[in-house]
Amino acid sequence: MRCAPRASSPDRAAPTSAAITAVGVRKAFGDNVVLDGIDLTVAEGSVFALLGPNGSGKTTTVNILATLLAADAGEVRVAGHDVAREADAVRDAIGLTGQFSAVDDLLTGRENLRLMADLQHLARPDAEERIVELLARFELADAADRTVSTYSGGMRRRLDLAMTLIGDPQIIFLDEPTTGLDPRSRRTMWQIVRGLVSDGTTVFLTTQYLEEADQLADRVAILDGGRLVAQGAPAELKERVPGGHIELVFADRGAHDAAAGILQATARDEESLALQVATDGNVATVRHVLRELDQAGVEVESLSIHTPDLDDVFLALTGRPATSDPEPEVGSA
Amino acid sequence: MTGAYAVRDSATMLRRNLLHLRRYPGLSLFPLLMPVVFLLLFVYVFGGTLGNGLEVGGGRDAYVEFVTPGMLMFAIAGAANIVAISVAMDMTKGIIARFKTMRIWRPSVLAGHVLGNLVLTALSLVVLMAVALAIGYRPTAGLVEWLAVVGLLLLVAIALTWLAVALGLLAKSVETASNTPMFLFLLPFLGSGFVPTESMPAGLRWFADNQPFTPITDTLRDLLGHEHVGGAGIAAIAWCLAIAAASFAWARYLYDRRPAR
Repeated sequence: MRCAPRASSPDRAAPTSAAITAVGVRKAFGDNVVLDGIDLTVAEGSVFALLGPNGSGKTTTVNILATLLAADAGEVRVAGHDVAREADAVRDAIGLTGQFSAVDDLLTGRENLRLMADLQHLARPDAEERIVELLARFELADAADRTVSTYSGGMRRRLDLAMTLIGDPQIIFLDEPTTGLDPRSRRTMWQIVRGLVSDGTTVFLTTQYLEEADQLADRVAILDGGRLVAQGAPAELKERVPGGHIELVFADRGAHDAAAGILQATARDEESLALQVATDGNVATVRHVLRELDQAGVEVESLSIHTPDLDDVFLALTGRPATSDPEPEVGSA
Repeated sequence: MTGAYAVRDSATMLRRNLLHLRRYPGLSLFPLLMPVVFLLLFVYVFGGTLGNGLEVGGGRDAYVEFVTPGMLMFAIAGAANIVAISVAMDMTKGIIARFKTMRIWRPSVLAGHVLGNLVLTALSLVVLMAVALAIGYRPTAGLVEWLAVVGLLLLVAIALTWLAVALGLLAKSVETASNTPMFLFLLPFLGSGFVPTESMPAGLRWFADNQPFTPITDTLRDLLGHEHVGGAGIAAIAWCLAIAAASFAWARYLYDRRPAR
């Protein structure tokens, strides 16, 4: 099984106020239309993933929401303030960890955090306490007094995020937070993001990894060619796409043949002695399949359930597979 | 309003820039050494001949008196060149995007560069003056005149540094940023820095007499030589204020307009 879908989407069940709303956002650079009318709403305390291939406009969207770039048209409110007219109030509420490492290479980890604390106008004793706490939380305490140029990619990302968090922002933008990280660092990053959400922070992240959106997000919006082609909870999006199945693997050829005679297999693999049976993913179907095999005395070596993943969704919605970036390592085996 | 944080944020950014100077000394050594090398070159290689042109039998001693104020201007221009490079390098970094999304006094990033460069310029001028004194420069200025010299040098440094910051922001690459402020090196030569403008051909002399470096150099020379400062003093201050104000506004505009990566 590739991944466990998150439970229901809490923002639908109990509507809370919106941390981010964008209506009709357009942006062009010269003749190149990058965003062609984007509407989105992000509920307070939720994780929103903007998913799309390279060049689909993800970073442009983040830059507009984070007051770095002015939209050509449309209205954007972040933390209740208009990004164009009340940029300072928006800046007070947000933190950005951009795609390009936003740390100072010539400073140490501690000095970077102190720089941020001072720019957030925190009182010194409080700031020092917070710096020590963040260094410990992000496993940077040992490297705190080394210049950042000596840090690994994962350490830089963690410091980057710690710098974003020092002012306790209500809303955090993470632009491709795990691009280029090894699987272990990626897993650490996911845990950190989950920790933020449990503290009540709203997280807006962009990713090209379908797996990542599936793992972290309450809601996913798929951006393709400057337009949002779909929006919803990962489970909802996957419901739109057929293709769920159970895969059964047998110990020997005899059992494999016998099972193929009993079940209506949709796919059969002679080499791995596997059969695939189409299913809508509900338990009754699985139980029925197993009972039939049991009655015929056929032993099953292993069974796995495959729900459609966002890969399938992306293909179905855009008519082409998502970008060919290396897939992040999959959560469960 | 973020203006309330102007001093605090600029001080924070100055600390950042001072750490950069310390951790990346390659860039800071150049403005410290280059003016000294040029002073020695001009005094010992050209000085004998040029000094005789200033006054009969003047030689090296007359030339060191003449050229030191010009060399001070040259040193300030050298440090300004460095700040253009470091601003251009900084703008390629992701941390600028972070600064732009924070509620801070917006020009504080640039102010940090300017203040850091003023520290570097001051060091460079002290080193240069020490070497000049060691090789026979004998200024006759009194205390008040020395204070006026320091004040004017500070004003010049502020003006040229803001100009260089704007040029660094304007540059599309770090390489361009290291080239555009080069004209600042030429201006002391095309003025009264190294030879009297009276010795130049008419067209060049007109330019030399009317460009900002000339009244500034003349004022420094008069103050250090304990002579009466005339209208050149007012022209010098006016030029500095005008360049500083225009460059500050230009730099702010460029910083706001330039997309963060």
